[in-house]
Amino acid sequence: MIPYDFAYFKASTAEEAVELYQSLREQGKQPVYYAGGTEIITLGRMKEVYTEAVIDIKGITECQTLQLEQNQLVMGAALPLTKLQEANLFPLLSQTISEIADHTARNKITLGGNLCGNIYYREAVLPLLIADTDVVIAGKSGRRRIPLNSIFDERPCLEDGELLTQLITQSDYLGLPYYSVKKRRQWDVGYPLITVTALKKEGKIRVSFSGVCLFPFRSERIEECLNDTRLNPDDRIERAIQHLPKPISNDVEGSPEYRLFVLKNTLLDVLQALEGETYAHN
Amino acid sequence: MHTTEITLEVNGETRSVTVRNADTLLYVLRDKLGLTGAKPGCLNGDCGTCTIDVDGNPMKSCLMLAVEVQEAKITTVEGLKYSSLQTEFVDKFAFQCGYCTPGFIMNANALIKQYPHANDMLIKEWLESNICRCTGYKEIEEAVKSALATAQTVLRQQ
Repeated sequence: MIPYDFAYFKASTAEEAVELYQSLREQGKQPVYYAGGTEIITLGRMKEVYTEAVIDIKGITECQTLQLEQNQLVMGAALPLTKLQEANLFPLLSQTISEIADHTARNKITLGGNLCGNIYYREAVLPLLIADTDVVIAGKSGRRRIPLNSIFDERPCLEDGELLTQLITQSDYLGLPYYSVKKRRQWDVGYPLITVTALKKEGKIRVSFSGVCLFPFRSERIEECLNDTRLNPDDRIERAIQHLPKPISNDVEGSPEYRLFVLKNTLLDVLQALEGETYAHN
Repeated sequence: MHTTEITLEVNGETRSVTVRNADTLLYVLRDKLGLTGAKPGCLNGDCGTCTIDVDGNPMKSCLMLAVEVQEAKITTVEGLKYSSLQTEFVDKFAFQCGYCTPGFIMNANALIKQYPHANDMLIKEWLESNICRCTGYKEIEEAVKSALATAQTVLRQQ
């Protein structure tokens, strides 16, 4: 049971949601946007998330959009992960989100909720970072569409009261060769030791990570090293991991040393899959 | 206290109830509506024992607020009323302590309705959402596969 009370509002447009948020803030309240709400409920139960008002955005049409139009895939932020997975319009995204939580939970967890969540894995963002996806954000001064990479620093950095409404990926990214793997310490369900997604565009490999550090990330310097084909794969990987953000995660899933060991081998798998060569694991 | 009077359609019946906005659907079903088939387990979305059907999809009722499902059709295990799937669970001894059984049944029931020709991979993907602490997974798998076979036979005869 959630040990505190909050007001509940259901918005039918993004403008209504944003206005409601501003109004509540002016009243000194602490509102949150509510899509799947799984973190608000589970972390709220332990008082790790607190709110005085939830604004349900599932009734906002643009947040439920899923369509290919004008050479771009438009994905509403309030879409449940299973809906995206089953539609399979972006296979790399489908495969990556199919490993998040479990199937029933994915009926509730939403794309935008996973991206903006407190639990730091946020694996749905990984394919979007390497596919140059745009985000549509509604705020008090209207809507803006900008590259996700331009506002992503460990998480989407939104202004107070801004609402992520859509993610838009150009269709020429949807069919690119890709690789996605989630390595767990054990079992088939649960948090990752590491998750790595990669795709190849114009002969260059792009790669993004979760579980390695306390936030998901993409690093152009890592990609430069991995794509330096003058070197052999092991040397490329050794150089690449010098550019990992610090510190490497150290928790019950694995030590930093173990994570790096698994990461090196996983990067070899990435190169093998996307370069079409066979590389030996050391 | 922030409360809302809501109307829910549960097992084909319309039920009105006043809830705290912060109440989970699991709590309201059990403590306000007397439907104790959905079980409280982890209360954290991990174990699946509180699984119910919302508009044809399995959902963990501990991960839902009651106020957010006012326009949905909800089915709990009480609403199945001696389905063939339940019979298969009995016939295949697909339970030991039985605590996880309603959750498994509601998840598998939605699977059979959505994908009557589900293959092993799909069955595994769906049923991974539920935990059986007695580890009766083999018998549960047999019960679900048997119910799927029955559903396929019915479809062929239609």
